[in-house]
Amino acid sequence: MSSVAPADLPVGKNLGSLEAAEAAETAESTERGTKTARVKKRLTSRTATIISLIIAVVWTIPTFGLLVSSFRPADLIRDTGWWTIFQNPGFTLDNYADVLISTSSSSPQLGAYIVNSIAIAVLATLIPLVFASMAAYAFAWIRFKWVNWLFIFVFALQIIPLQMALVPLLQIFSTWLRPMQAWLHDMIPIIPEQNYLPLWLAHSMFALPLAIFLLHNFISEIPSDVIEAARVDGATHGQIFFRIVLPLATPALASFAIFQFIWVWNDLLVALIFSGGTQDVAPLTQRLAEMVGTRGQDWQRLTAAAFISIVIPLAVFFGLQRYFVRGLLAGSTKG
Amino acid sequence: MTTADLLGKLLQVVMGLAVFAAVVGLLIFFIDKAPKKGRDYWQLTFFLLPAMLFIAVGLVYPAIRTSLLAFQDPSGDWTLANFVWTFTQPAAIRTLINTIIWVLLVPTISTAIGLAYAVFIDKSRGERYYKVILFMPIAISFVGAGVIWRFVYEYRGGDRDQIGLLNAMVVAAGGEPVQWLQTDPINTFLLIVVMIWIQTGFAMVLLSAAIKGVPTEQIEAAQLDGTNGWQRFLNVTVPGIRGALVVVLTTISIATLKVFDIVRTMTAGNFNTSVIANEMYTQAFRASEVGRGSALALILFVLVLPIVIYNVNVLRKQREIR
Repeated sequence: MSSVAPADLPVGKNLGSLEAAEAAETAESTERGTKTARVKKRLTSRTATIISLIIAVVWTIPTFGLLVSSFRPADLIRDTGWWTIFQNPGFTLDNYADVLISTSSSSPQLGAYIVNSIAIAVLATLIPLVFASMAAYAFAWIRFKWVNWLFIFVFALQIIPLQMALVPLLQIFSTWLRPMQAWLHDMIPIIPEQNYLPLWLAHSMFALPLAIFLLHNFISEIPSDVIEAARVDGATHGQIFFRIVLPLATPALASFAIFQFIWVWNDLLVALIFSGGTQDVAPLTQRLAEMVGTRGQDWQRLTAAAFISIVIPLAVFFGLQRYFVRGLLAGSTKG
Repeated sequence: MTTADLLGKLLQVVMGLAVFAAVVGLLIFFIDKAPKKGRDYWQLTFFLLPAMLFIAVGLVYPAIRTSLLAFQDPSGDWTLANFVWTFTQPAAIRTLINTIIWVLLVPTISTAIGLAYAVFIDKSRGERYYKVILFMPIAISFVGAGVIWRFVYEYRGGDRDQIGLLNAMVVAAGGEPVQWLQTDPINTFLLIVVMIWIQTGFAMVLLSAAIKGVPTEQIEAAQLDGTNGWQRFLNVTVPGIRGALVVVLTTISIATLKVFDIVRTMTAGNFNTSVIANEMYTQAFRASEVGRGSALALILFVLVLPIVIYNVNVLRKQREIR
């Protein structure tokens, strides 16, 4: 591996042609073209390439090992390392069938938990998104002096770690929310007594300060001409908010929505405290953590279950990379 | 999961959406039908109402209450016993020390690797693919990462073949396999590796963007002065990305102070691996020691506070310059 030269790197075809186009563009101004070309050459020395290749390989191997193992038969996982797959070949989908479809009581039965994860994430993303954009609009476009102070206060709330809020919020929920959930269950028996409501509310509450701050940054930069023209035409605040502000803020809304979705999907702490842990409510991460605790040696199940739990965030990551990175960078101090 | 269960869950989501839509619709109705007198005030109130209500119930009141609970014993009398426990019990002290080790190692190492990688792949062919590889772990949940790395650290006793990569490498090098996660103090460092694995991609992406902002002219000029690559890196690139370095270090520090899922999934805080956030959960929600849990939460807050303030200041200054 150490003899791999830069030319042998797995470079995608379209990226190569893209770079060629760029080079052609810069070549128009000869001076700039040679300059970047020279810097490019100097910085990518052979040692640097080798080191970055090693880092890239080290970073990929753990996930790769998990993925390979999840397709191996249980007895092979138990007795041989995944790197010996060519000496001990074997391919099976049983692990996935076992964790997803099997209804035997010893199986993890992940289906229900996947539904929970989706159900939790959808509303725990939508609620803070709408409430935060409403608040951000008010903070940016309805002007009173004390409102600025309120905004600074909300901004400052970002420094409160999640952990500070957990105990009292659980107390509030068990005094006020639980009777309401029981009442809901009595009215409509198909709704389980343990339901998603506490998780939706908790995630929304914790997300709001950051969401308001990010969306305010964006919404306050909408040109005032646009808003004022609409007001002169007799539009109400409600109309301006829905017809002008929300459409214009779509990129910011998308970035935050993706960040919040991934955050909720990957969360364990809030789920542990507010979900109750039954398969009526608990998300995938909680089930996976529980499996590690009780059946930490069942690697054929753990590998398949872990891969199922990471596949959706990874799909979002690869599909919506630009928004994903933007949202993540903006929201990285959350929690 | 039976069909009835699935239907029940679907019904819950649909009802949740319906109720939420109704609430928003009602708010907008009030906003548009507000009385003429003091109209702006009315509209402002209704725009802000839901968010402020959520924040008051979910953050402001709980934060105050936690601060008070930290100074109370179970019967509600004022006491400092919770903090005395935190700073005198060997297990609790170990938790604090572990947290300090975490917050010293994770930000520095992941920033160092991220920076080196960003510099090495800068303007190289296939830079985009290199970046994706390092950045990918950040999309994986901490629980998922915990499982991935537990598999790497897996131990097999006796003469059986090792299935964990780390022990397989140790055995191949002629050593004895180790129960990594049960062996103190190496286990804490192995958990730290997982966090570094996740955070390095974040550091790399930010620093890579900053490096591209360093003017080519400066590097060119340094080159003409006959400097070598390392000198150019130290004297031109690093000063040019100082702001980004600070943001990366502080951001990862905050995330590290709050680390919970990794410890919970991999060792549950056993074998002397606990950290503040994990101990807070254990005390408050497993051992029913609400006072101790609150005290730990308050300590976490006090530790995070200066870093966040510093971070915000740096970010604000950067924005002003731009």
